[in-house]
Amino acid sequence: MTLAAYATELTIVGMAIATYVTRVSGLYLVRFFNVRGRTKAALDAMPPAILMAVIAPVAFATGPAETAATAITAVAALRFPLIVAVIIGVLSVVALRHVMG
Amino acid sequence: MAFDWLEFRRGVVDILPVVTAALPIGLLFGTLAAAKGIAPVEAMVMSATVFAGAAQFVAVDLWTNPAPVVLLTFTVFLVNIRHIMMGVSFARHMGRFPPWQRPLAMFFLVDEMWAFAERRALGGPVPPAYWWGMSLALWGQWVLGTTVGSVLGRSLGDPKAFGFDFAFTATFICILIGFIRNWRTGAVLAVSGAAAALAKLAIPGAWYIAIGGLAGVAVAYLLAAEEGSAREAEAGP
Repeated sequence: MTLAAYATELTIVGMAIATYVTRVSGLYLVRFFNVRGRTKAALDAMPPAILMAVIAPVAFATGPAETAATAITAVAALRFPLIVAVIIGVLSVVALRHVMG
Repeated sequence: MAFDWLEFRRGVVDILPVVTAALPIGLLFGTLAAAKGIAPVEAMVMSATVFAGAAQFVAVDLWTNPAPVVLLTFTVFLVNIRHIMMGVSFARHMGRFPPWQRPLAMFFLVDEMWAFAERRALGGPVPPAYWWGMSLALWGQWVLGTTVGSVLGRSLGDPKAFGFDFAFTATFICILIGFIRNWRTGAVLAVSGAAAALAKLAIPGAWYIAIGGLAGVAVAYLLAAEEGSAREAEAGP
Protein backbone atom coordinates (compact mmCIF):
# COMPACT_ATOMS: atom_id res chain seq x y z
CA MET A 1 0.00 0.00 0.00
CA THR A 2 2.98 2.32 -0.18
CA LEU A 3 2.00 3.29 -3.71
CA ALA A 4 -1.44 4.47 -2.57
CA ALA A 5 0.24 6.84 -0.12
CA TYR A 6 1.88 8.58 -3.05
CA ALA A 7 -1.12 8.34 -5.42
CA THR A 8 -1.54 12.12 -5.69
CA GLU A 9 2.14 12.72 -6.43
CA LEU A 10 2.24 9.83 -8.94
CA THR A 11 -0.89 11.11 -10.68
CA ILE A 12 0.54 14.60 -11.04
CA VAL A 13 3.74 13.14 -12.51
CA GLY A 14 1.67 10.97 -14.87
CA MET A 15 -0.46 13.92 -15.95
CA ALA A 16 2.62 16.07 -16.54
CA ILE A 17 4.35 13.38 -18.63
CA ALA A 18 1.18 12.56 -20.62
CA THR A 19 0.69 16.25 -21.44
CA TYR A 20 4.32 16.90 -22.34
CA VAL A 21 4.44 13.86 -24.63
CA THR A 22 1.53 15.22 -26.68
CA ARG A 23 3.15 18.67 -26.84
CA VAL A 24 6.71 17.71 -27.75
CA SER A 25 5.98 14.87 -30.18
CA GLY A 26 5.09 17.25 -33.02
CA LEU A 27 8.69 18.45 -32.98
CA TYR A 28 9.87 14.97 -33.99
CA LEU A 29 6.86 13.87 -36.07
CA VAL A 30 7.18 16.85 -38.44
CA ARG A 31 10.35 15.26 -39.86
CA PHE A 32 8.24 12.49 -41.40
CA PHE A 33 6.22 14.95 -43.45
CA ASN A 34 7.41 16.01 -46.88
CA VAL A 35 6.18 19.56 -46.56
CA ARG A 36 5.22 20.24 -50.20
CA GLY A 37 2.13 20.28 -52.38
CA ARG A 38 -0.88 18.51 -50.89
CA THR A 39 0.90 17.74 -47.62
CA LYS A 40 1.71 21.44 -47.18
CA ALA A 41 -1.90 22.36 -47.96
CA ALA A 42 -3.06 19.86 -45.33
CA LEU A 43 -0.62 21.16 -42.68
CA ASP A 44 -1.50 24.78 -43.48
CA ALA A 45 -5.18 23.91 -42.94
CA MET A 46 -4.43 22.50 -39.48
CA PRO A 47 -4.65 25.74 -37.46
CA PRO A 48 -8.06 26.84 -38.81
CA ALA A 49 -9.42 23.26 -38.81
CA ILE A 50 -8.43 22.63 -35.18
CA LEU A 51 -9.58 26.07 -34.01
CA MET A 52 -12.93 25.43 -35.66
CA ALA A 53 -13.15 22.01 -33.99
CA VAL A 54 -12.33 23.54 -30.60
CA ILE A 55 -15.10 26.14 -30.81
CA ALA A 56 -17.70 24.02 -32.66
CA PRO A 57 -19.46 22.55 -29.58
CA VAL A 58 -19.91 26.02 -28.05
CA ALA A 59 -20.69 27.65 -31.40
CA PHE A 60 -23.24 25.12 -32.70
CA ALA A 61 -24.24 22.65 -30.01
CA THR A 62 -24.53 24.49 -26.68
CA GLY A 63 -27.46 26.86 -27.03
CA PRO A 64 -28.95 29.73 -29.08
CA ALA A 65 -27.22 32.37 -26.92
CA GLU A 66 -23.77 30.90 -27.61
CA THR A 67 -24.49 30.44 -31.34
CA ALA A 68 -25.69 34.05 -31.67
CA ALA A 69 -22.70 35.34 -29.67
CA THR A 70 -20.38 33.38 -31.97
CA ALA A 71 -21.85 35.15 -35.01
CA ILE A 72 -21.61 38.56 -33.31
CA THR A 73 -17.98 37.92 -32.33
CA ALA A 74 -17.09 36.84 -35.88
CA VAL A 75 -18.56 40.04 -37.35
CA ALA A 76 -16.86 42.15 -34.65
CA ALA A 77 -13.53 40.45 -35.43
CA LEU A 78 -13.75 41.67 -39.03
CA ARG A 79 -14.01 45.31 -37.93
CA PHE A 80 -12.26 45.68 -34.56
CA PRO A 81 -8.95 44.74 -32.89
CA LEU A 82 -8.91 41.37 -31.12
CA ILE A 83 -9.35 42.65 -27.58
CA VAL A 84 -12.36 44.80 -28.56
CA ALA A 85 -13.99 41.92 -30.44
CA VAL A 86 -13.45 39.57 -27.47
CA ILE A 87 -15.06 42.08 -25.11
CA ILE A 88 -18.00 42.48 -27.50
CA GLY A 89 -18.34 38.68 -27.63
CA VAL A 90 -18.25 38.27 -23.85
CA LEU A 91 -20.75 41.08 -23.25
CA SER A 92 -23.08 39.73 -25.94
CA VAL A 93 -23.04 36.20 -24.47
CA VAL A 94 -23.89 37.55 -21.02
CA ALA A 95 -26.76 39.62 -22.45
CA LEU A 96 -28.03 36.82 -24.69
CA ARG A 97 -27.93 34.23 -21.90
CA HIS A 98 -29.95 36.63 -19.78
CA VAL A 99 -32.50 37.20 -22.57
CA MET A 100 -32.69 33.64 -23.89
CA GLY A 101 -32.33 31.91 -20.53
CA MET B 1 22.46 37.65 -29.89
CA ALA B 2 20.73 40.00 -27.46
CA PHE B 3 17.33 39.05 -26.12
CA ASP B 4 14.55 40.76 -28.11
CA TRP B 5 12.62 42.53 -25.35
CA LEU B 6 10.36 44.23 -27.88
CA GLU B 7 9.06 40.86 -29.11
CA PHE B 8 8.87 39.63 -25.52
CA ARG B 9 6.63 42.56 -24.63
CA ARG B 10 4.56 42.01 -27.77
CA GLY B 11 3.95 38.42 -26.66
CA VAL B 12 2.88 39.53 -23.17
CA VAL B 13 0.52 42.15 -24.64
CA ASP B 14 -1.03 39.71 -27.13
CA ILE B 15 -1.74 37.07 -24.47
CA LEU B 16 -3.01 39.60 -21.90
CA PRO B 17 -6.73 39.22 -22.78
CA VAL B 18 -6.35 35.44 -22.36
CA VAL B 19 -4.48 35.92 -19.07
CA THR B 20 -7.30 38.15 -17.80
CA ALA B 21 -10.01 35.71 -18.84
CA ALA B 22 -8.07 32.75 -17.40
CA LEU B 23 -7.63 34.36 -13.98
CA PRO B 24 -11.09 33.42 -12.62
CA ILE B 25 -10.72 30.01 -14.33
CA GLY B 26 -7.47 29.43 -12.43
CA LEU B 27 -9.11 30.48 -9.17
CA LEU B 28 -12.02 28.15 -9.90
CA PHE B 29 -9.65 25.28 -10.65
CA GLY B 30 -7.83 25.80 -7.35
CA THR B 31 -11.16 25.87 -5.52
CA LEU B 32 -12.35 22.62 -7.14
CA ALA B 33 -9.00 20.94 -6.42
CA ALA B 34 -9.25 21.95 -2.77
CA ALA B 35 -12.79 20.53 -2.62
CA LYS B 36 -11.38 17.16 -3.80
CA GLY B 37 -8.81 17.16 -0.99
CA ILE B 38 -5.83 18.20 -3.12
CA ALA B 39 -3.46 20.31 -0.99
CA PRO B 40 -2.57 23.83 -2.20
CA VAL B 41 1.07 22.87 -2.80
CA GLU B 42 -0.07 19.84 -4.84
CA ALA B 43 -2.46 21.95 -6.91
CA MET B 44 0.31 24.47 -7.48
CA VAL B 45 2.77 21.80 -8.59
CA MET B 46 0.10 20.28 -10.85
CA SER B 47 -0.59 23.60 -12.59
CA ALA B 48 3.13 24.35 -12.90
CA THR B 49 4.09 20.97 -14.38
CA VAL B 50 0.95 20.00 -16.35
CA PHE B 51 -0.15 23.51 -17.47
CA ALA B 52 -3.23 22.29 -19.33
CA GLY B 53 -6.52 23.84 -18.24
CA ALA B 54 -9.03 21.50 -19.89
CA ALA B 55 -7.12 18.34 -18.93
CA GLN B 56 -6.72 19.48 -15.33
CA PHE B 57 -10.44 20.22 -14.96
CA VAL B 58 -11.34 16.80 -16.35
CA ALA B 59 -8.80 15.09 -14.06
CA VAL B 60 -10.02 16.87 -10.93
CA ASP B 61 -13.59 16.06 -11.91
CA LEU B 62 -12.66 12.34 -11.98
CA TRP B 63 -10.46 12.62 -8.85
CA THR B 64 -11.05 10.17 -6.00
CA ASN B 65 -8.96 9.44 -2.96
CA PRO B 66 -6.53 7.75 -3.41
CA ALA B 67 -6.12 9.08 -6.94
CA PRO B 68 -6.59 6.52 -9.78
CA VAL B 69 -3.14 7.04 -11.29
CA VAL B 70 -3.51 5.11 -14.56
CA LEU B 71 -7.04 6.29 -15.36
CA LEU B 72 -6.18 9.96 -14.79
CA THR B 73 -2.91 9.76 -16.72
CA PHE B 74 -4.62 8.15 -19.70
CA THR B 75 -7.59 10.55 -19.59
CA VAL B 76 -5.24 13.53 -19.57
CA PHE B 77 -3.42 12.05 -22.57
CA LEU B 78 -6.72 11.77 -24.48
CA VAL B 79 -7.80 15.30 -23.63
CA ASN B 80 -4.41 16.60 -24.81
CA ILE B 81 -4.11 14.50 -27.96
CA ARG B 82 -4.93 17.60 -30.07
CA HIS B 83 -1.52 19.02 -29.08
CA ILE B 84 0.18 16.44 -31.30
CA MET B 85 -1.38 18.07 -34.38
CA MET B 86 -0.73 21.57 -33.07
CA GLY B 87 2.90 20.65 -32.39
CA VAL B 88 3.46 19.31 -35.91
CA SER B 89 2.13 22.56 -37.34
CA PHE B 90 4.01 24.85 -34.92
CA ALA B 91 7.29 22.95 -35.36
CA ARG B 92 7.41 24.24 -38.94
CA HIS B 93 7.56 27.83 -37.70
CA MET B 94 10.31 27.36 -35.07
CA GLY B 95 13.21 28.11 -37.42
CA ARG B 96 14.43 31.00 -35.27
CA PHE B 97 14.46 28.95 -32.04
CA PRO B 98 17.89 27.50 -31.12
CA PRO B 99 17.49 23.68 -31.24
CA TRP B 100 17.97 23.30 -27.46
CA GLN B 101 15.10 25.71 -26.79
CA ARG B 102 12.57 23.84 -28.93
CA PRO B 103 11.66 20.97 -26.53
CA LEU B 104 11.42 23.53 -23.70
CA ALA B 105 9.22 25.85 -25.78
CA MET B 106 6.88 22.95 -26.59
CA PHE B 107 6.16 22.52 -22.86
CA PHE B 108 4.12 25.75 -23.07
CA LEU B 109 2.07 24.65 -26.11
CA VAL B 110 -1.33 25.78 -24.83
CA ASP B 111 -4.20 26.18 -27.32
CA GLU B 112 -4.40 29.95 -26.96
CA MET B 113 -0.65 30.52 -27.31
CA TRP B 114 -0.46 28.17 -30.23
CA ALA B 115 -3.26 30.09 -31.96
CA PHE B 116 -1.45 33.41 -31.51
CA ALA B 117 1.83 31.86 -32.69
CA GLU B 118 0.18 30.43 -35.81
CA ARG B 119 -1.31 33.82 -36.58
CA ARG B 120 2.14 35.35 -36.16
CA ALA B 121 3.59 32.62 -38.40
CA LEU B 122 1.47 33.85 -41.31
CA GLY B 123 4.11 36.59 -41.59
CA GLY B 124 7.23 34.42 -41.15
CA PRO B 125 8.99 32.29 -38.51
CA VAL B 126 7.85 32.98 -34.93
CA PRO B 127 10.33 35.11 -32.91
CA PRO B 128 11.39 33.06 -29.82
CA ALA B 129 11.09 36.09 -27.50
CA TYR B 130 7.44 36.49 -28.57
CA TRP B 131 6.76 32.90 -27.49
CA TRP B 132 8.62 33.30 -24.20
CA GLY B 133 6.67 36.47 -23.40
CA MET B 134 3.36 34.68 -23.88
CA SER B 135 4.60 31.61 -22.01
CA LEU B 136 5.79 33.45 -18.91
CA ALA B 137 2.65 35.60 -18.63
CA LEU B 138 0.15 32.76 -19.02
CA TRP B 139 2.09 30.17 -17.01
CA GLY B 140 2.70 32.61 -14.15
CA GLN B 141 -0.95 33.56 -14.04
CA TRP B 142 -2.12 29.93 -14.13
CA VAL B 143 0.15 28.83 -11.29
CA LEU B 144 -0.68 31.91 -9.20
CA GLY B 145 -4.44 31.67 -9.84
CA THR B 146 -4.51 27.97 -8.94
CA THR B 147 -2.59 28.54 -5.72
CA VAL B 148 -4.71 31.46 -4.58
CA GLY B 149 -7.91 29.58 -5.44
CA SER B 150 -6.88 26.46 -3.54
CA VAL B 151 -5.73 28.42 -0.50
CA LEU B 152 -9.00 30.32 -0.34
CA GLY B 153 -10.70 26.98 -0.90
CA ARG B 154 -14.20 28.31 -1.29
CA SER B 155 -16.35 29.22 -4.25
CA LEU B 156 -15.40 32.58 -5.75
CA GLY B 157 -18.42 32.71 -8.00
CA ASP B 158 -19.18 31.03 -11.28
CA PRO B 159 -17.04 32.40 -14.16
CA LYS B 160 -19.96 31.58 -16.45
CA ALA B 161 -22.08 34.30 -14.83
CA PHE B 162 -19.62 36.90 -16.16
CA GLY B 163 -19.16 35.27 -19.56
CA PHE B 164 -15.48 34.48 -18.85
CA ASP B 165 -15.97 30.96 -20.21
CA PHE B 166 -16.91 32.47 -23.59
CA ALA B 167 -13.76 34.64 -23.69
CA PHE B 168 -11.74 31.63 -24.89
CA THR B 169 -14.19 30.84 -27.68
CA ALA B 170 -14.24 34.54 -28.64
CA THR B 171 -10.44 34.68 -28.77
CA PHE B 172 -10.34 31.62 -31.03
CA ILE B 173 -13.02 33.08 -33.31
CA CYS B 174 -10.99 36.29 -33.76
CA ILE B 175 -7.81 34.37 -34.54
CA LEU B 176 -9.70 32.00 -36.83
CA ILE B 177 -11.04 34.89 -38.94
CA GLY B 178 -7.45 35.80 -39.87
CA PHE B 179 -6.91 32.38 -41.43
CA ILE B 180 -9.77 32.62 -43.91
CA ARG B 181 -8.20 33.18 -47.30
CA ASN B 182 -10.42 31.61 -49.98
CA TRP B 183 -13.29 29.22 -50.57
CA ARG B 184 -11.08 26.26 -49.69
CA THR B 185 -10.66 27.56 -46.14
CA GLY B 186 -14.44 27.93 -46.00
CA ALA B 187 -14.88 24.30 -47.01
CA VAL B 188 -12.31 23.19 -44.43
CA LEU B 189 -14.11 25.14 -41.69
CA ALA B 190 -17.55 23.86 -42.67
CA VAL B 191 -16.42 20.22 -42.54
CA SER B 192 -14.28 20.48 -39.39
CA GLY B 193 -17.01 22.44 -37.58
CA ALA B 194 -19.75 20.00 -38.53
CA ALA B 195 -17.60 16.94 -37.75
CA ALA B 196 -16.54 18.33 -34.36
CA ALA B 197 -20.07 19.32 -33.33
CA LEU B 198 -21.45 15.89 -34.31
CA ALA B 199 -18.57 14.09 -32.61
CA LYS B 200 -19.09 16.12 -29.43
CA LEU B 201 -22.76 15.08 -29.36
CA ALA B 202 -22.09 11.43 -30.26
CA ILE B 203 -18.85 10.51 -28.46
CA PRO B 204 -18.05 11.20 -24.80
CA GLY B 205 -14.72 12.80 -23.97
CA ALA B 206 -12.46 15.13 -25.91
CA TRP B 207 -12.26 13.21 -29.19
CA TYR B 208 -14.22 15.88 -31.05
CA ILE B 209 -11.20 18.17 -31.48
CA ALA B 210 -9.05 15.50 -33.11
CA ILE B 211 -11.98 14.28 -35.23
CA GLY B 212 -12.95 17.77 -36.42
CA GLY B 213 -9.33 18.76 -37.02
CA LEU B 214 -8.55 15.64 -39.04
CA ALA B 215 -11.76 15.99 -41.09
CA GLY B 216 -10.83 19.57 -41.99
CA VAL B 217 -7.25 18.63 -42.83
CA ALA B 218 -8.51 15.79 -45.05
CA VAL B 219 -10.68 18.26 -46.98
CA ALA B 220 -7.70 20.58 -47.49
CA TYR B 221 -5.64 17.63 -48.74
CA LEU B 222 -8.34 16.53 -51.20
CA LEU B 223 -9.06 20.03 -52.50
CA ALA B 224 -5.35 20.71 -53.05
CA ALA B 225 -5.06 17.49 -55.06
CA GLU B 226 -7.55 18.71 -57.66
CA GLU B 227 -5.52 21.71 -58.80
CA GLY B 228 -2.19 20.97 -57.13
CA SER B 229 -0.91 18.40 -59.62
CA ALA B 230 -0.80 20.87 -62.50
CA ARG B 231 0.83 23.60 -60.43
CA GLU B 232 3.35 21.21 -58.93
CA ALA B 233 4.43 19.95 -62.35
CA GLU B 234 4.85 23.54 -63.47
CA ALA B 235 6.83 24.61 -60.41
CA GLY B 236 9.27 21.69 -60.61
CA PRO B 237 11.60 20.71 -57.77
